[in-house]
Amino acid sequence: MNGYVMYIVVIVLLAVSFLRDKKKTKMAMKKAWKSFNNILPQFLGVIMFVGIVLAVFDTEFISKIIGSESGIVGVMLSAIVGAITLIPGFVAFPTAALLLENGAGYMQIGAFVSALMMVGILTAPVEIKYFGKKLTILRNVLAFLFCFIVAYVIGKVAGSI
Amino acid sequence: MSLLKRYRFSFLIAFVLVLLYFINREIAVKAIHITGYSFKEMILIIPPIFILLGLLDVWVPKEVMMKYMGEKSGIKGIILSFLLGSAAAGPLYGAFPVAAVFMKKGVKFTNILIFIGAWSTTKIPMFLFELSSLGSKFAVTRLLVDIPGIIMIAYILSKLVSKDEVKKIYENAELM
Repeated sequence: MNGYVMYIVVIVLLAVSFLRDKKKTKMAMKKAWKSFNNILPQFLGVIMFVGIVLAVFDTEFISKIIGSESGIVGVMLSAIVGAITLIPGFVAFPTAALLLENGAGYMQIGAFVSALMMVGILTAPVEIKYFGKKLTILRNVLAFLFCFIVAYVIGKVAGSI
Repeated sequence: MSLLKRYRFSFLIAFVLVLLYFINREIAVKAIHITGYSFKEMILIIPPIFILLGLLDVWVPKEVMMKYMGEKSGIKGIILSFLLGSAAAGPLYGAFPVAAVFMKKGVKFTNILIFIGAWSTTKIPMFLFELSSLGSKFAVTRLLVDIPGIIMIAYILSKLVSKDEVKKIYENAELM
């Protein structure tokens, strides 16, 4: 759904651009193709990689880790699973809600959701292509550590209902 | 660069997938299904992003971007980076090409990092979805902790890398 909106917006903008300046529009398309072609190998690799990892780390596996473990170990494991996997939000949030209903703690879910969004181990090859190894590693490490702060606060605020 | 060299990472992963098929057929089939799903998602999101970026590159002058998000943009630049990242759609890997064009246009390094942070975790459509599935206490708390967190991470990162390294990253963006 979201994607179709994007296509419509882009088509409208392209049309406007084309009417105003054909040459510039052509140049924009050329640039778009160049940068797309440049990153395509990384994208394809990462997408297959994500497929393999998610096939192993399915919802059942994740719920086992987050559901059965508790305390700090559970939070650690949740953050690690979140950092590795790459699940779209519309799948992740309902899953997280289900896990909460089945006895997982707010702290674990907070760590899982945060790491899922902020840390991208599988997408690191794409990130490295743009930002280099050092910055990619530093960003992911800092984001990973930050997830524990988020988890702690969420555990304190939401967990005390 | 030869095609084979450029796609070596893709080939390696494809090879792993084939190996997996002989080890555990069930997981391999599942992996192929998930890959197909992600591929569809990529086809929906990525090409429009790149075309938008092409248009942005051609139509928006560097001076304008620098004025709003460059070295001297101050609080205005921070807020704008947040809003642009939060309004985005698509997975985190979609943010990196956008960041590259921002670098070409002279956007300040910390603002680029804030943009990446916002894209990763404070996206508005996702927030609404989180609100409905995990409740307001969870979603609002996370948002309130994330906003200062993203800014903090951006400034710590910019302190951890040297000026030369930042320059190299910007030069690399020119080539993308």
